[in-house]
Amino acid sequence: MNSHLSIWLASALVISLGSLLVGIALGSVNLPFATVLHALTGRETGLAADIVWQLRLPRVLAAFACGGLLALAGTLLQALLRNPLADPYILGVSGGSAVAALAAMLFGLAAAAVNLAALGGALGAVGLVFALGFGRGGSMVRLLLTGVVLSAGFGALISLLLTLAPGAEVRGMLFWLMGDLSQAQAPGVAWGILLAALALAWWQAGSLDILGLGEIKARSLGVAVRPLQLGIYFTASAATAAVVVEAGAIGFVGLIVPHFVRLLGAGGHRRLLPLAVLAGGSFLTLADTLARTVVAPQQLPVGVLTALLGVPLLLFLLARKV
Amino acid sequence: MALRADRLNLSVPGKILCRDLTLTVRPGECWGILGRNGSGKTTLLHALAGLSTPERGVVTWAGQPLADYPRRELARRIGVLPQDEGGEFRGTVRDYALLGRYPHSAGFASAADDEEAALAALRRVGMAGLAGRALNTLSGGERQRVRIAMLLAQAPQLYCLDEPLQHLDLGHQAEVLRLLRKLAAEEGKAVLMVLHETLWAGRFCDHALLLYDNGAIVAGAAAELLTGENLERLYQCGLQEVPTADGRCWIPA
Repeated sequence: MNSHLSIWLASALVISLGSLLVGIALGSVNLPFATVLHALTGRETGLAADIVWQLRLPRVLAAFACGGLLALAGTLLQALLRNPLADPYILGVSGGSAVAALAAMLFGLAAAAVNLAALGGALGAVGLVFALGFGRGGSMVRLLLTGVVLSAGFGALISLLLTLAPGAEVRGMLFWLMGDLSQAQAPGVAWGILLAALALAWWQAGSLDILGLGEIKARSLGVAVRPLQLGIYFTASAATAAVVVEAGAIGFVGLIVPHFVRLLGAGGHRRLLPLAVLAGGSFLTLADTLARTVVAPQQLPVGVLTALLGVPLLLFLLARKV
Repeated sequence: MALRADRLNLSVPGKILCRDLTLTVRPGECWGILGRNGSGKTTLLHALAGLSTPERGVVTWAGQPLADYPRRELARRIGVLPQDEGGEFRGTVRDYALLGRYPHSAGFASAADDEEAALAALRRVGMAGLAGRALNTLSGGERQRVRIAMLLAQAPQLYCLDEPLQHLDLGHQAEVLRLLRKLAAEEGKAVLMVLHETLWAGRFCDHALLLYDNGAIVAGAAAELLTGENLERLYQCGLQEVPTADGRCWIPA
């Protein structure tokens, strides 16, 4: 069983590295793989090295971290809510973030202020859902409904802001809403959160499996259910907030990747979590590479690509398995 | 090493389930909890297993209140088979039974003896042959036996089972009860189970706990408590006694 896991992990790691290399090589200027490798190892200097180190590497690293974070958050929320439809945005984190970020854009604030507003909105939504959903007598159903209802409310506010915005602003807002990695900077923060969240979740992998048996059974087996639920909630929220602030609301990765990995046969969370992170990272890196290249030098919002690629892929797997 | 409930008060909104219940369950004993739907059997079982806090009174194991045990420590002493759990488990029968080892493992990797314990538990319910099958491909009765195997893998001192016979055919009902009976009689465990099958309760339980609708609870030796008169009052239904070779059974009149 453990050797099984290492085979899976090794293949996923190879795919991940491959997707990163492809992401670095392809763009408005295509670089040969040899050049990429030489630039990465410092044997190549000049323009190619600048493209690799200044432009492509930060971008693919940001894409990979965001994809991993979304897949991790989706996996965790599906375990917490025991609902296969749960995705990182189901609890309203992206909605709250979007409302604040769009409002900041509407007032013409600078990009840094928009990012700060996005972070504030995300944390505000996390706090609101937590207070309403986990309060006295809280249950996971209530948490889910609270998140869904608040998301709907945020959706209405987003529409309102888009309606009020002058035409020139709307395009930028739509890019933000659909998820866009072209503004992504400082992948270090996202990577730090990704590694910390993955370590935390992996440490509790056995408890996550048992949570799936229901709260009563989980408690009778010695799981501290409420602290675990709170831990999952905040870990998943932090992961989602990190992505939303870095790249906006990128859809489908958090919903589709965990199912994709499960359909490939990864049952328990000890296997599911690292594989989902690697698969999500690779998926978003490749989707972002496509977003940069299909109509280069124009860039598409990566959220469009994740949906266009992810929907048929998952539909195919579902039809084949069930 | 006994479970003791001391002057327990339990209620659900609008209904008092029990008042001042005092009860001792010792190793080797097999208890049947009987009562009408909604009489509080599950609530009582959960309170006795430490899954809920009674309004008043205290439940102790080996003299120590259940609330004072760290959760995993308690899980090594008291195991619960809930009525149903819902949710879908993706994985094999063996993976599922292995979850029962959670309170014993370090919580990270499963040790070889955990795997062995899970397989041995599956063998005891006759499910070892399907250990590699995906759980969600099993029938309801097979799944119930695997759930019991998970509890056996947990290896507690006290088994609390909520309707352990649900989904089981007659033959497997007898087999599971024989197994539970053996746990008590030969392996020094204590068994506490909610049952609707009065016939089985009379045959396999040495103690009974009757939960009447008016909140009265009677505990005692099964042979004394399981009489036609008591059961008629318990289930509020006329019963006809049918003599059998080794005891009595009752059918609705």
